Amino acid sequence: MSGPLLQVKSVETYYGNIRALGGVDVEVNSGEIVCLIGANGAGKSTLMMTICGSPQARAGSVIFEGQDITRMPTHEIARLRIAQSPEGRRIFPRMTVFENLQMGASLDNLKYFDEDVEKIFTLFPRLKERQMQRGGTLSGGEQQMLSIGRALMARPKLLLLDEPSLGLAPLIVKGIFEAIKKLNKEQGLTVFLVEQNAFGALKLSDRGYVMVNGQVTMSGSGKELLANPEVRSAYLEGGRH
Amino acid sequence: MQYFVQQLVNGLTLGSIYGMIAIGYTMVYGIIGMINFAHGDIFMLGGFAALIVFLVLTSLFAGVPVVLALLVMMIVAMLTAALWNWTIEKVAYRPLRGSFRLAPLITAIGMSIALSNFIQVTQGPRNKPIPPLVSSVYDVFGISISLKQIIIIAVTAILLTIFWYIVNKTPLGRAQRATEQDRKMAALLGIDVDRTISVTFIMGAALAAVAGTMYLMYYGVVVFTDGFIPGVKAFTAAVLGGIGSLPGAVLGGLLIGLIESLWSAYFSIDYKDVATFSILAIVLIFKPSGILGRPEVEKV
Repeated sequence: MSGPLLQVKSVETYYGNIRALGGVDVEVNSGEIVCLIGANGAGKSTLMMTICGSPQARAGSVIFEGQDITRMPTHEIARLRIAQSPEGRRIFPRMTVFENLQMGASLDNLKYFDEDVEKIFTLFPRLKERQMQRGGTLSGGEQQMLSIGRALMARPKLLLLDEPSLGLAPLIVKGIFEAIKKLNKEQGLTVFLVEQNAFGALKLSDRGYVMVNGQVTMSGSGKELLANPEVRSAYLEGGRH
Repeated sequence: MQYFVQQLVNGLTLGSIYGMIAIGYTMVYGIIGMINFAHGDIFMLGGFAALIVFLVLTSLFAGVPVVLALLVMMIVAMLTAALWNWTIEKVAYRPLRGSFRLAPLITAIGMSIALSNFIQVTQGPRNKPIPPLVSSVYDVFGISISLKQIIIIAVTAILLTIFWYIVNKTPLGRAQRATEQDRKMAALLGIDVDRTISVTFIMGAALAAVAGTMYLMYYGVVVFTDGFIPGVKAFTAAVLGGIGSLPGAVLGGLLIGLIESLWSAYFSIDYKDVATFSILAIVLIFKPSGILGRPEVEKV
């Protein structure tokens, strides 16, 4: 009936005079899992942050639920229920795990906190054990779980995940991917994720985009991209040894 | 011994005032990483607001109860100082955010000069005395403790408790700490960072204004230059306690108060400021992170 949930239209983003994104077009439909793969420095994380208005796109537009959010301040974009688990996890280091999760639920003023935090603890039992520990003392994997958990606490319509598998043991990665799939299936959560782990991400996703040097060079369904020889040689076979 | 305890009481009183001012320095430093050099003048401005309220009150209603007078003085001073500090942040500091580090610092010094000159021009350059508000003095085991001192210490204790509660237990405090630790991430979670920073300036100014009211009550006089020395001492207190740390600011304030009064009692009152500022130099050389401050390095 309506257009896609998120529409990124020929977006250009600059850091100073350096162009990081050169006219990117991406669409994410409601209920989909879409992934973005690409090498280091391709601009994947920049795209994620541009969607959230930090930095803002210099040209092009970002449209969420039909509303142009390109020039909106970051905190107002968050209030539209776009939650992000960003690059580098960005856990508040001197707040406890519990407080970090509370921060995730700031939008609703903790209205659904008790209910939601239990769900997060079921998803990541490790966080429950560590809830009174400071964020900065967690291991990388635990911080990753916390970052995803914190994003989920916002009850997002669109969840942006920047390399959820980074620094995690394969078993935990599997767990996280399963959790994402489950949230998507059961609650219809829309997910847009950036991954270096292209194989796992493409298998999980409905659709995918490939980014090279700030531009989307290929797109297609997860299966298509998995079967594509170029993708295989650039991102899959090399990376799986 | 009695003499020593007497000096301790005096030092604690003075230290309470420094502590309340120091919190404003430390909170602002924590959240945007700049030293608000105009903060001492906000304290002085609070003192003047209290003075004016006192004069108006006593001329309109003779025989107004002291408790009520003090309360009104404090509240008006808090509002006035908060409004000023909020405006200064918005007009002078916010446009420079993201500019090179020295820019807001220089602006802050400019704001400090502007504020004290503004008071000098509008209120006159002379000392402004008020008659003693409270004059009772109690004798406790040979130590004289004045009601003024009790009020100051009690008000400080109450306000710091409220403050501690706000910062550690409320959504506002959580937003402040989050903004302090990672501004970008706070925004990603829907925190209005600009507003949070404004509120921090307002809170710091309100505490400084209470300190200004207490200062006026304690010494019975305020002058337009009063922002400078107490301001720099409170800054020293914040550095000594560990800039960025709230308990550190209070601890630093109390220590500076104690050092100042003990030095005046046992050594030379003329050199009390030298003693205090030597502390600043010594801390900066040997322990720049202060007593309770955290070192800059962090596990990522």
